[in-house]
Amino acid sequence: MSNGGLQAASLSLGYGGAQIFERLDLRIPQHQITVLIGKNGCGKSTLLRSLARLLKPAGGSVVLDGKDIYSQPTKEVAKKLSILPQGPVAPEGLTVLQLVKQGRYPHQTWLKQWSRDDEEAVARSLAATGMTAFADRSVDALSGGQRQRAWIAMTLAQDTDVILLDEPTTYLDMAHQIEVLELLSELNELEGRTIVMVLHDINLACRYADHIVAVANGAVYAEGAPSDIVDEKLISGVFGMDCRMIRDPVYGTPLCVPIGARAAASSTFIQTARERESSYVG
Amino acid sequence: MQGNKIVIRNRWFSYLLERKAVLWTAGLWLALLAFTCIAAGMGTLWISPVEVIKGVAGLGDYVTILYSFRLPRVVMSVFAGACLAGAGALLQSVSRNSLASPDMIGITGGASAAGVGFLVLSGGSLGIGGLSVAAAVGAMATAMLLFALAWKGGISPLRLVLIGVALQTAASSLASFLIIRSPHYVASQAFTWLTGSVYGSSWDNVAVLLPWALVLGAFAWALSRKANVHELGEDVAASVGSRVTPERTALILVSAALAGAAVSQVGAIGFIGLMAPHMARRLVGPSFGAVLPASAAIGAMLLVAADTIGRTAFPPNDIPAGVFTAAIGAPFFIYLLVRRRPS
Repeated sequence: MSNGGLQAASLSLGYGGAQIFERLDLRIPQHQITVLIGKNGCGKSTLLRSLARLLKPAGGSVVLDGKDIYSQPTKEVAKKLSILPQGPVAPEGLTVLQLVKQGRYPHQTWLKQWSRDDEEAVARSLAATGMTAFADRSVDALSGGQRQRAWIAMTLAQDTDVILLDEPTTYLDMAHQIEVLELLSELNELEGRTIVMVLHDINLACRYADHIVAVANGAVYAEGAPSDIVDEKLISGVFGMDCRMIRDPVYGTPLCVPIGARAAASSTFIQTARERESSYVG
Repeated sequence: MQGNKIVIRNRWFSYLLERKAVLWTAGLWLALLAFTCIAAGMGTLWISPVEVIKGVAGLGDYVTILYSFRLPRVVMSVFAGACLAGAGALLQSVSRNSLASPDMIGITGGASAAGVGFLVLSGGSLGIGGLSVAAAVGAMATAMLLFALAWKGGISPLRLVLIGVALQTAASSLASFLIIRSPHYVASQAFTWLTGSVYGSSWDNVAVLLPWALVLGAFAWALSRKANVHELGEDVAASVGSRVTPERTALILVSAALAGAAVSQVGAIGFIGLMAPHMARRLVGPSFGAVLPASAAIGAMLLVAADTIGRTAFPPNDIPAGVFTAAIGAPFFIYLLVRRRPS
């Protein structure tokens, strides 16, 4: 195994005394899409934030390219790794170009704030996210999906190998969610960027992830390729919920049909469900 | 990208400027210059702008009246207004809160209390230079206290304003207490200072404020790139490689020092720090590199206007400039509150 990439070594995390993770080891596969899944409050966002040095660990370390992330100047880290936090808010009247340009911060100096590299990186990011035509528009006047694309463009302009995103699809409707995930998967495929994100939708996670990390009770419950690890047992272990796992008829990835507690408790419901299923399969 | 941008690029430096922002900023500074000439001409004796320019150059009949009476006061208004506006722009940027301004959140109050404390302790005998240092230190101490109290894993705008209002009230009570407990001659001196007026400004006062204004203003402007990134929120700022806490502290301290320096010379003139940055952003957009100089020009014009109205509209009374800035500023603040998007 190479020294490169992002990993957590014996990482302990906590908020004000409450320990969330204890001695966690995790290696993020390079040039792949990793998705963290888990219940609300299980600490997946906390884990993501600490991987991006936004949260100082109580113990252990985050290692980026073989070195502790805290032993490197933060500006140097910012050239290798970027994070898009959840639900960012742009100042009133800020244009898409002004926002995306600020992704170049770690590459700029006081005197050089718009080098050729900056200009090219910004143009590339705008093009990749389909935002070129919106460069002069105000971020707050955009639709939710466009706004999220503008923020992703800013993150891309930072030109890092590793991109972390905390729930990039929150508050977006179904079509916009797919749009954002397609964009990320394309970037991963074309440019080989390592992408790590938190997603709530298990089915979309299975569809777009190369690698899934299921988090429960302050530990990694399971990790691996979606079709290898995501099954009814995992869902029940991680989310404490019954489900029926089928195959996505279009993508072939695992597709979870959640079963509510009332339905699970009713024997007649289970009976009809079986009949329905066999008639469907037959 | 279209013709609304200006790219400056050579071996040593490169910048991308918005044409609109550059033109507005330049226009505002020219307007300020014209405005200053007209204001200096106003008074019991009207001096035309042309004569004012001649007088400033040392020619014509009005050299004495301009240099001895009119100019110190107008020039003081320009710099004090610019300092207050710059302090407001910095504060609104770093707190991501458009309601923040040095006089709303206790920084002006802290400067006043420290200034009065200094006058009382020194028995009114020490120079005005000491007073400005005391006021600036008071402003910075209050700013740090405010952020320490309002900090809870980040700063909520409403929390900042509420704690600031409490600090402002506490600081003015302290100032009143100090005045009441001090001997009469010191009390009257402190009271005049506290009321907040450009009245009686001399070249000595200007000489005290000028270096503060220029050095701090330049420093604040040099921090523009950091201010911009802080406006995107703490996490985004950290992600792009900003050292959040030291930079935020620097921005707050520069803001407090600017406000403190202005307050030490002209007293607690309110609302300029609130209004000027808003007007500036309307004209030049949210980029801090443009917001700061544009706010400074607008703040200067506001104070020059308030002071000119104060000294010419109701003769023989000289109404303190703070009265007029409050008369426009208070409704403006209410307007901002009413219009604010729920966050």
